[in-house]
Amino acid sequence: MSSRVQRFALPIVVLLVLLAVWSVWAKGGGGGATDFPTPGEVLSGYADQFRTPEGERAPIIVKHVVSSLFRTLSGFLLACMFGVPLGLAIGWYTRAFYALNPLIQMLRPISAIAWIPISIMIFRRDDTRSIFLIFVAAFFPIVVSTAAAVRSIPQVYIRAAQNFGLSGWRLFKKVVLPAALPQVVTAIRVSMGISWIVVVAAEMVAVQEGLGWLIIDARYQGARTDLIVGTMILIGMIGLGLDTVLRKLETLDQVKWGITRRD
Amino acid sequence: MRLRGVQKTFREPGKPPVEVLPGIDLDVAKGELICLLGPSGCGKSTLLNILGGFETADEGTVTIDGQPVRGPDPRRVFVFQEYGIFPWMTVWDNIAFGLGEKRFEEKLEIVGHYIELVGLRGFEKTFPQQLSGGMRQRVAVARALAVKPDIIFMDEPLGALDSLTRLKMRAELLRIWQEEKPTILLVTHDVDESVQLADRVVVFSARPGRILEVVEVGIDHPREFGSREYTEIKNRLYELLGVKHAL
Repeated sequence: MSSRVQRFALPIVVLLVLLAVWSVWAKGGGGGATDFPTPGEVLSGYADQFRTPEGERAPIIVKHVVSSLFRTLSGFLLACMFGVPLGLAIGWYTRAFYALNPLIQMLRPISAIAWIPISIMIFRRDDTRSIFLIFVAAFFPIVVSTAAAVRSIPQVYIRAAQNFGLSGWRLFKKVVLPAALPQVVTAIRVSMGISWIVVVAAEMVAVQEGLGWLIIDARYQGARTDLIVGTMILIGMIGLGLDTVLRKLETLDQVKWGITRRD
Repeated sequence: MRLRGVQKTFREPGKPPVEVLPGIDLDVAKGELICLLGPSGCGKSTLLNILGGFETADEGTVTIDGQPVRGPDPRRVFVFQEYGIFPWMTVWDNIAFGLGEKRFEEKLEIVGHYIELVGLRGFEKTFPQQLSGGMRQRVAVARALAVKPDIIFMDEPLGALDSLTRLKMRAELLRIWQEEKPTILLVTHDVDESVQLADRVVVFSARPGRILEVVEVGIDHPREFGSREYTEIKNRLYELLGVKHAL
């Protein structure tokens, strides 16, 4: 098989095998889990979510997806807006690095989940609370990776630029920024993934809609495991979609020189 | 260019200080091609960095046209061992990098000229990653030449190339030097390279790098590799470096 065909065929084969194992296991033959829904049950149970109720304009699921996406993108974009400039500053100015790096390294390992009580104390609206949590989760990795990107710029680029008389803002704009860009883009991509993970956790607390809420709600509706599993799959597929979009950034000429990939 | 008593010691906390340059005196005339030859780690690259303004000497003075060196300067361009061309820019943009705020038509003309000179026509829009090592080196040389520098410093510019490409690049370098006549100071640890290129070869001892001798090559270009004078100078250099010239 050519590698092109393999690229499409292999994941499908893996998926089919997984579905088969899942079906057999969920049917409960020989000590399996009888409560667990089969793929078919998930599909038929989840079909409801795609129906448009009377008087509404879109299927039920759309509302949940939109509100999760809104929170994720808001928190993530805020994290980029503040995190990238701060990371650049910390990477470029040694004093800023000395002053802020210990604090950031200390705040970074605190899980976004640990911030949930604080977010409830500070903010009134559910949306704001979730956005804050996503911001916290995405902000620190962006700052740290951006600063590392700047600090790892080979000295030869800086010296070459200085040799041609560049300094200050022009040096930063023409050399530092483009030299750091590939690593910054990768950091942004990874943080997008983190944001999407965190939104689900954030929505499990005191929110009335969103994919995370959907999972908790399904549990309270008498353990609708078909809805839980269906939502999990949907979350995974949207996550994959978001990553695919951001991966496009890595194919830009300004970025791809610094991205090493084997395939 | 005039060097008097240039001295440099590396100090790192927790380690004994290492003297790399014990006090160097040297004069270089305009338009000369000088090779700084010595064993690895002898301090010749450090000296070049001091001349280029990237490092400072602990003692001694470096003056160029009567002016002390105070930092990097576009009139004196460095060609780095790792080339230092920017991977996020096309060949054209790299070569135009030092031209700053010049009018576009002017840049077009200058860059076109040097792309032609280093034989990279047709690669204007290519990114460095798609080029071979030799071609990247040409971009670095063209970028340096484009600002019409008085002096070009080269730190083992051909070190990363395979031996055939290296030989071709030496020929190119000579041709370019003869056409543009900049002063060139080239650091190398390759004896053949020195004899093929240099007007004078400055031979350094192992660290701390003292000047053992300044060897005048004095053979007209093109230089015949097998000729008696060529071999004599080569043997003299090997002798100074303390290496046998026959195996």
